[in-house]
Amino acid sequence: MRAVVTVIGKDNVGILSKVSGICADMGVNVLEVTQSVLQDMFAMIMLVDISDMTDDFSVLADRMTNLGEKLGLSIHTMHEDIFNSMHNI
Amino acid sequence: MLNIYNILETIKMIQDECLDIRTITMGISLLDCIDTDIDRACEKVYEKIVRKAQNLVSTGKKIEKEYGIPIVNKRISVTPVSMLAAVCPNDNPVKFAKALQRAADTCGVNFIGGYSALVQKGFSAGDEALIRSIPEALDVTQNICSSVNIGSTKSGINMDAVRLMGQIVKETAERTADRDCIGAAKLVIFCNAVEDNPFMAGAFHGVGEPDCEIHVGVSGPGVVRSALAKYPDASINELADIIKKTAFKITRMGQLVGARASELLGVPFGIVDLSLAPTPAIGDSVAHIIEEMGIEMCGTHGTTACLAMLNDAVKKGGVMASSTVGGLSGAFIPVSEDAGMIDAAVAGVLSLEKLEAMTAVCSVGLDMIVVPGDIAPETISAIIADEAAIGMVNTKTTAVRLIPAVGKKEGEMLEFGGLLGSGPVMPVKGKSSAKFINRGGRIPAPMQSLKN
Repeated sequence: MRAVVTVIGKDNVGILSKVSGICADMGVNVLEVTQSVLQDMFAMIMLVDISDMTDDFSVLADRMTNLGEKLGLSIHTMHEDIFNSMHNI
Repeated sequence: MLNIYNILETIKMIQDECLDIRTITMGISLLDCIDTDIDRACEKVYEKIVRKAQNLVSTGKKIEKEYGIPIVNKRISVTPVSMLAAVCPNDNPVKFAKALQRAADTCGVNFIGGYSALVQKGFSAGDEALIRSIPEALDVTQNICSSVNIGSTKSGINMDAVRLMGQIVKETAERTADRDCIGAAKLVIFCNAVEDNPFMAGAFHGVGEPDCEIHVGVSGPGVVRSALAKYPDASINELADIIKKTAFKITRMGQLVGARASELLGVPFGIVDLSLAPTPAIGDSVAHIIEEMGIEMCGTHGTTACLAMLNDAVKKGGVMASSTVGGLSGAFIPVSEDAGMIDAAVAGVLSLEKLEAMTAVCSVGLDMIVVPGDIAPETISAIIADEAAIGMVNTKTTAVRLIPAVGKKEGEMLEFGGLLGSGPVMPVKGKSSAKFINRGGRIPAPMQSLKN
């Protein structure tokens, strides 16, 4: 089972480290990271494996949302199925 | 294969364009709760609903978190209560409404629909008593919705029921006059009612449905409008293609959520209702889609044509995205629940007559329309008869949900707040339809019914 974490907002120090810190803490393996910084806007998309996650999906989603609020970023954590079903036949 | 553009598009739809799942609705059959002792029947109703739906709200919240998509309402629809009332002829059916309210409170759902009767050809035992109890039932409960089917293409229109419903609508509004006449907003009168509708106020669980199932109603007018806004110079058939593609994506999401809810709750998946359901929020309006197509204000000439194209394209796009499509499926045009419709009605551009024409080409009917509080019951009945005639002849569902604003006159506003929004009191014709309505009887089924 995989999920997608997206981070969008103003660039600042340590975003990647804090997001991946939560993943490591919860037994979530980071599979792929794509990121770009356009002017000072930061956009990162992370594909993670949640098969061996140590807690509930909602805990991961809440922790990411809280981190986003603290850093002034928008962080979404969504199961990959939503993208697969919306965009592929 | 995931692609960055698709991921960002989905997030933009949810975050900026008000995309949501409007409702997951659990349909529950109450046929096994029928009992000649009304108190015992009420207890069975309460027990069955709570047993089946106790995890509905928590499951909805879990899915919201999993997919990051808001699920605005969690609802329940039940077998038309008139069937339970039929075997308790000496008791007040309002007891059932109170039992349903207790179940709604325990389960934490937003609404339970099914305080209903199906009388398209005539009243059977329990029907008339239930209909006459609707004003009291909607007065003493908060989360119960009621509907009455008074006509169909196969049976014609029951004009005795039409006459009665004019009085019931008015009485319901009067009994809840201190709460903005909210009772009337929870009562809908149908022609060709569907048995698997997940949307309120008209949801009930038909007798041909399984014991328990899950339906999903999707939404997303904001997504369609912003997709069209990217192509200001496209031709109409190009616009239709864009709407189809967008409706496909929205519906796939509904299918995914429905399938997941069905799996988690261990209940069969019923249908996805492919409807564009507006809310009063900015950017969530069906009227604004029509205006995006090039109509200066919804309700002016050209509106019906735009709505016909929109309604058809939504179905064409959505139908392939779901394993089973059902319910009402189409664009909704509830006046008080749509920011663009409210503006157009206040400006006097959107009239009752234009809305009636629009209902001939889109789903449902005259919905959430505020009329003067001193309207004659026969005028309400005549509006119901006109609307039912459109449904009967065109083999489609039509409905009427009028709110007589007690103590208010044309041009004043009635404010409900929340998803029900607000609406101006719209004018009705001053001439009487009383003689026609008081004739009673039945409009025979039209030629369209003879298909065998």
